[in-house]
Amino acid sequence: MSYEAVIGLEIHSELKTKTKIFCGCATGFGAEQNTHVCPVCLGLPGVLPVVNRSVVEYAIKAGLALNCTINKFSKFDRKNYYYPDLPKNFQTSQYDLPIAEHGYVDIEVGGKQKRIRITRIHMEEDAGKLVHSGTTIRDSSSSKVDYNRTGVPLIEIVSEPDMRTPEEARAYMEKIKSILEYIDVSNCKMEEGNLRADVNVSLRPVGTEKLGTKTEMKNLNSFKMIESALSYEIERQEDVLEDGGEIIQETRTWDDGRAMTVSMRSKEKAQDYRYMPEPDLVPIVLTDEDIEKFRATLPELPDARRARLVKEHGLSEYDAASLTASRAMAEYFDAAVSAGADAKLAANWIMGELSKHLNSSDMALSDSAVKAKMLAEMLGLLEKGTISSKIAKTVFEEMWQTGKNPGVIVEEKGLVQITDTKEIEAIVDKVINDNPKPVADYRGGNAKSIGFLVGQVMKQSKGKANPAMVNKLLKEKLG
Amino acid sequence: MDLHKKSAHELHDLLVRKEIKAAEITDNYLKCIEKAQLAINAYTTVLAEKAKEQAVAVDEKIAQGEKIGFLAGIPGAIKDNICTLGIKTTCSSKILADFVPPYDASVVKKLKDASAVFLGKTNLDEFAMGGSTETSAFGTTHNPWNTNYVPGGSSGGSAAAVAAGMAAWSLGSDTGGSIRQPASYCGVVGLKPTYGRVSRYGLIAYASSLDQIGPLTRDVEDSAHLLNIIAGHDAMDSTCASEAVPDYTKSLVEDVKGLKIGLPAEYFVDGMDEDVKAAIDKAVSDYRSLGAEIVDISLPHTKYAIASYYLIACAEAATNLSRYDGVSYGARVEGDDIISMMTNTRTQKFGAEVKRRIMIGNYALSEGYYDAYYLKALKVRRLIKEDYDKAFEKVDVILAPVAPTPAYEIGSIISDPLQMYLQDICTVPLNLAGLPAISLRCGTSKGGLPIGMQLIGKAFDEPTIIKAAYTYEQGKDFYKEVAEVSK
Amino acid sequence: MKLTEKDVDNVAVLSRLSIPQEEKAKYMKQIDDFLEYGDVLQQVDTQGVEPMAHILPLKNVFRPDEVKPSLDRKLALSNAPEQEDGYFVVPQIIE
Repeated sequence: MSYEAVIGLEIHSELKTKTKIFCGCATGFGAEQNTHVCPVCLGLPGVLPVVNRSVVEYAIKAGLALNCTINKFSKFDRKNYYYPDLPKNFQTSQYDLPIAEHGYVDIEVGGKQKRIRITRIHMEEDAGKLVHSGTTIRDSSSSKVDYNRTGVPLIEIVSEPDMRTPEEARAYMEKIKSILEYIDVSNCKMEEGNLRADVNVSLRPVGTEKLGTKTEMKNLNSFKMIESALSYEIERQEDVLEDGGEIIQETRTWDDGRAMTVSMRSKEKAQDYRYMPEPDLVPIVLTDEDIEKFRATLPELPDARRARLVKEHGLSEYDAASLTASRAMAEYFDAAVSAGADAKLAANWIMGELSKHLNSSDMALSDSAVKAKMLAEMLGLLEKGTISSKIAKTVFEEMWQTGKNPGVIVEEKGLVQITDTKEIEAIVDKVINDNPKPVADYRGGNAKSIGFLVGQVMKQSKGKANPAMVNKLLKEKLG
Repeated sequence: MDLHKKSAHELHDLLVRKEIKAAEITDNYLKCIEKAQLAINAYTTVLAEKAKEQAVAVDEKIAQGEKIGFLAGIPGAIKDNICTLGIKTTCSSKILADFVPPYDASVVKKLKDASAVFLGKTNLDEFAMGGSTETSAFGTTHNPWNTNYVPGGSSGGSAAAVAAGMAAWSLGSDTGGSIRQPASYCGVVGLKPTYGRVSRYGLIAYASSLDQIGPLTRDVEDSAHLLNIIAGHDAMDSTCASEAVPDYTKSLVEDVKGLKIGLPAEYFVDGMDEDVKAAIDKAVSDYRSLGAEIVDISLPHTKYAIASYYLIACAEAATNLSRYDGVSYGARVEGDDIISMMTNTRTQKFGAEVKRRIMIGNYALSEGYYDAYYLKALKVRRLIKEDYDKAFEKVDVILAPVAPTPAYEIGSIISDPLQMYLQDICTVPLNLAGLPAISLRCGTSKGGLPIGMQLIGKAFDEPTIIKAAYTYEQGKDFYKEVAEVSK
Repeated sequence: MKLTEKDVDNVAVLSRLSIPQEEKAKYMKQIDDFLEYGDVLQQVDTQGVEPMAHILPLKNVFRPDEVKPSLDRKLALSNAPEQEDGYFVVPQIIE
């Protein structure tokens, strides 16, 4: 039988507020354990929460950017469960009246567009961090608790089970990340865990409607992990079903080292969270005007930006999509173009050389020494023929290392392209003299051997000879 | 000079006139505590040294010619469910027996700013769950008028301390009558402010949507002064109202002419004690002769109040008390793993009444029962509030008994929880409605125990109930009595 | 009896309490008494009545996103039953 996967994601995103959701403790990552804590986030007896205004604003922005309806009446609830990283043994979250509902995003996989519906977005507090004495929770005789992260604001974005493949799930997650970055409400640093997903998946025979039993993988914090965990889990479920077995509803952990999902002990009973309205917090009530005010503050979002790049600059859909996936990159592109760079050239260099450098050094665009204006200037030199594209790479490398302006680099290193016919001619003559065999080959009808000769000329000119002129001269001389 | 018999305003006048030193007042109270604590057990912690230091600081201010506020140098006591920085705050529970808060409750800050002297922390029913202080893990408090009797609760320690001359004033908290009922049993004045009038920040939660801090004092005048100090908006409490705080002492005038006082039929329950009935009837006729107009009213949903109250309070308590798990503060009883550690801690360190209420609460919130119990209780709560809204269209205040009986003997009903809950019929309805009420003495039982009445006001209309209570009190003198206790 | 022994066991787990066998009957009866009494609410017609979780009509109470000093770590850990290297310590965690 052939099966179809049904996939849903619950994405948790930490919001980039200065302080926690219910108290004035700082949210910064990497502080010494238990130094960003106060009576409120430690859940001491007698304390009360007060909602951080920015959290609500960011959540509303996220809701609008993800095409949700913002609820005009929204409230907080207590979700009760015992866990040592949760000082109050309840998480203050939102249950039946979340801040936003009924949204969607459009994704594209294999050239096909698809709409993924968003059920709801709600605000809640993050839990603390556990450090286990052993390598895993199970072989640890004790654990240490750090409450710095307790109370860091989160939004949870719950999708409908609209995805069918791991690729779609990844594309969805990428789209959410991109939008959250655009509206500047989350740092989205997946490696720091401030964007993570709980992924659930079930299988059903192709052509049927009824949902199968699902399993869940929690806290996946890279795109690759989401894709791998889903691929593995779909295959595993398929095998179980093929063998006539049954899927058990359970939470499984993704073991990245072994590249497989592992069953956690399945609970005897479903958790009973005993949700109740949070008596210590009052409702959030919004008017249409409030909501429209927030809408007006939203920046141009990825889809709109992509369409604009295609229309204004004639970029391909693919290039435009790549460039607009991150707001920083899209803004970099716009800045380069407005500094005079040719749009297509800029797109190629940003997606090519620049991205390559950023990736290999694991740097953010904002940290790059090569600013958009510098790139534009370099592309200008290239277009004018002052430097060759080969030299351009050298210049780029130098800019990357030193942050110097391309004009200065070209000047200092004498990288100006040689366009003086005489100078090139001298080298060409030398190369012809020194390489009788390829010359003979060429003359004997092997047109390809000219490539070697061009290469030799370029080498001897230290890459500075204008390749078009070298070609032309060689052909003339060997003619 | 029987300093311990004086009200706070009398002591304040003596200080202002420099007829006495703050240190003398405090020393005198500490002596009274020493004398009576064994018999009464009003305190869980006595802060003798700290209190003396605070008093001396006030004397220095006076010596330097500084003008002092009402409470400066006047010794009082804080219910031991209100957090005090660096001072043990136990909630009269073994689970918090050694808990020292690293912060002050907002009311404590305000009292410190007012240079009040803290004599200590007072005993209560464990986590304020009870009406007699018998559920305290540190022994029951005894009624100063007859030590075989309960002082009421949960603020029994606070009420007994004021009644026995062991404090000039005290703070209590009222979730379902916990200020008014012990005030009534001990013959002092207890004021439960409108929900949101006083910050709850630092009050260890029992039932968050019902809890409210208020003063217990010798007389109505002190009550108004205390409320002036503790009332008002607090940025640390989202449920604290931002309504302006009037000067409550402006209501200390004798004037009830034309005041419409409602008598709710439903509060005069079957089985009400004869003495209580007689005392209330007398108060009603006193008001009539003072010029008030008495109006019969009905609050028809009163009979559902106890069920609604206990379901809501227990549900909130169940989640509020989840945090006592032995992880980061409070007592811990070891276990092989986290679940057994938490379970052992809670099983061994919570008392029976607390466990019972946690279980009722979790039951009411659990899957399959939520709608029938918790949600239903919240709906009935609205109907109870609407009863009051309607009544207050016709009357200015509502007069009612505080409890169906005077104080009862220690141990007499503690083994029957439902019987205990049913005693709260006159106090819980207005907690559900968030309304203010003042409880003051209006008589004495044949057995010599005080009997109180309560005046219930509209939300934020503390001035009217204070005025009505003050007017009544001026014609009486029994409120000036202090129970003389010695070991 | 509205309550079964299984209900009591379940609610004890939800409450992180262990009720010894010899006390179970007592708790069951006491809680059951109250629940029986609580059924009085079923007499009330609450059709169309909104539940009332808050008594005051407060809304939109927020604080500005401004950092306030955190507790000194020593003080934060001052009530800890067990601590190590600035962490709270708990026994083995089982799910």
